[in-house]
Amino acid sequence: MPLLEVNDLHTQFFTRDGVVRAVDGVSFHLDQGETLGLVGESGCGKSVTALSLMRLIPQPPGKIVKGSISFDGQDVLKMDDDDVRSIRGNNIAMIFQDPMTSLNPVLTISRQISEALELHMKLDKGEARKRTIELLELVGIPSAKKRVDDYPHQFSGGMRQRVMIAMALSCQPKLILADEPTTALDVTIQAQILELLKGLAKEFRTAFILITHDLGVVAGMTQRIHVMYAGRIVEKADTGELFANPKMPYTWGLLRSIPRLDESRKAKLVPIEGLPPDLIAPPPGCKFEPRCQYRRDICREKEPDLTPVPNAKPDHEARCWGTQNVPGGGWLMDTDWRREVGDTRVLEEIKQEAASETSTDAPGE
Amino acid sequence: MATTTATGRSAAERAAELNVIARKQRSLWRDALYRLLRNRAAILGLAVIVLAAIIAILAPFIAPYDPLKVDTKFNQLEPVWTGSKYTNPAYPLGTDQLGRDILSRLMWAARVSMVVGFIPTTMVFAIGIAVGLSAGYFGGWVDQGLMRLTDIVYAFPDFLFVLIIVASFRNSAFGNLLGGLVLIFAAVAIVGWIGIARLTRGQVLALKEREFVEAARAIGAGPTRIMTKHLLPNALAPLIVTAAFAVPGAIIGEATLSFLGVGIKPPTPSWGAMINEGFIGFSANPWAVLLPAICISIVMLAFTFVGDGLRDALDPRMKS
Repeated sequence: MPLLEVNDLHTQFFTRDGVVRAVDGVSFHLDQGETLGLVGESGCGKSVTALSLMRLIPQPPGKIVKGSISFDGQDVLKMDDDDVRSIRGNNIAMIFQDPMTSLNPVLTISRQISEALELHMKLDKGEARKRTIELLELVGIPSAKKRVDDYPHQFSGGMRQRVMIAMALSCQPKLILADEPTTALDVTIQAQILELLKGLAKEFRTAFILITHDLGVVAGMTQRIHVMYAGRIVEKADTGELFANPKMPYTWGLLRSIPRLDESRKAKLVPIEGLPPDLIAPPPGCKFEPRCQYRRDICREKEPDLTPVPNAKPDHEARCWGTQNVPGGGWLMDTDWRREVGDTRVLEEIKQEAASETSTDAPGE
Repeated sequence: MATTTATGRSAAERAAELNVIARKQRSLWRDALYRLLRNRAAILGLAVIVLAAIIAILAPFIAPYDPLKVDTKFNQLEPVWTGSKYTNPAYPLGTDQLGRDILSRLMWAARVSMVVGFIPTTMVFAIGIAVGLSAGYFGGWVDQGLMRLTDIVYAFPDFLFVLIIVASFRNSAFGNLLGGLVLIFAAVAIVGWIGIARLTRGQVLALKEREFVEAARAIGAGPTRIMTKHLLPNALAPLIVTAAFAVPGAIIGEATLSFLGVGIKPPTPSWGAMINEGFIGFSANPWAVLLPAICISIVMLAFTFVGDGLRDALDPRMKS
């Protein structure tokens, strides 16, 4: 039985302008000790997915309207508030994006890490303090014993993220959700933190969900990657498979927009034109169609399902007419995404559309 | 190299020392205390308050006379320094029109003022913080309900409301508790919590959107814990300053009520009541009015100094 099984999850926000379908039918599973990457642009529903797993969606305006989340055999969505609280921090922990704002400025580091220990493991003050020092040492805080009584403002960004990781680890959870854990850090610290997470995941056999917009971050970290777009998963694959053999134009776009060491320095980074769709009124067909250089009429008419990719590894699934064996589909089966950037006329069209949209949306910018 | 081994410490110990910032770190509150103690006016204010508190506590032992003892032979005496013929060295600050010793009465009255200053303020804080925290944190209908209630209380003119409460319950069993003190506590508390509630709610509304609150929720902390451990300590600084100014407000409130004759029941001495009583014989002996008025002014000024000092000390922008 998998540790976590998410089925057809729908999380929506009810706003004055309409219903925002932030997560729209997401299904995935995660085994004990496995690391999974959720990748996508801002506003694709990655964070909302993570918050839904812990039932931390602010309500109102948010609501999980449909689906099931089964964690360790229990349905999280059917639990009462007390049961959910006993899972949070204890079985599922979360590492937040910005360590500068995620720690309470008026509490000492020791108080903050001890909190979860006192809540869930019922340790007394002395035991909690001892364990806190151990945890700080574990995440690589030098002279932990002297620094437990410091306040967050006395720590640097990277150290605070280490403290956040120590907090997440404190009750030895089975699953840690890391929401962009390195985005607020500079590149060298980013590498250190990722290395630390990787080591800890291995050591404690903790399952990880790593949420990021940066495919470079997940490359060395995760076993599987799910690419999200407009509240849906658009491609699922093993990490190696996804990088070697991506099958969805959106994934191609993401891959083209990260620099590669093995390419000539003259090679240009190609951004994806346009912006993710409005999740109140998304396009009727494929959600990526308006920005896709490879689009055909079928894409506008009907949305493809997430289906196994032919001639690929078994777990590889993609949501694209171009890579499905259906009448009128399959035109991207043999496309080499590195060479063929698609129809240049479509590309021009998209560029113009994107330019006009941004100029009307944000005058003066 | 020889010098390092001579210290007799292991390499690990020395490495640990290298990683410690040499300066001793101070906490936020200790920093604030340090700034407060460097403020001379605040120290003076604190000293006056402490002195008044000591006098209030020790009044039964240090007061030369029973404050209620009537001595008709020596009524309307003036203080000794006036040099008039109506003085008596046995009564250094004179007597009132019933011949009660003013010095003793002033000392005993300090008790009323101290108690009236602190107890209703504590009550006001308990109510105001509870209301403000819940309204701000839960939002929705809880917020709507509590804030409409505050608006209703706010709509009454403060003092008139207190006056109405005190006047209507004055002769009930509740109004007679502790010579009317309990009624005054209740009246001051009923109108006083609004400011604190609004201030707390405003702070909470800003604070609850901060990420550390979400982080606390993510480790499984419940609403009570988040409110008391995460939100309240962050909102405390402006509340403390407000408290420092609320205490003299309550003292003057009691004095005003007693002056108007609806506060502390006679014969219990209170500075406001003493002004009221002294008023009758004002032309004969103005000191019976002036002395309690001076006491009120000094204590008020002391609290204002402390309040200002606290405000400066707790505002990081004032850091020098």
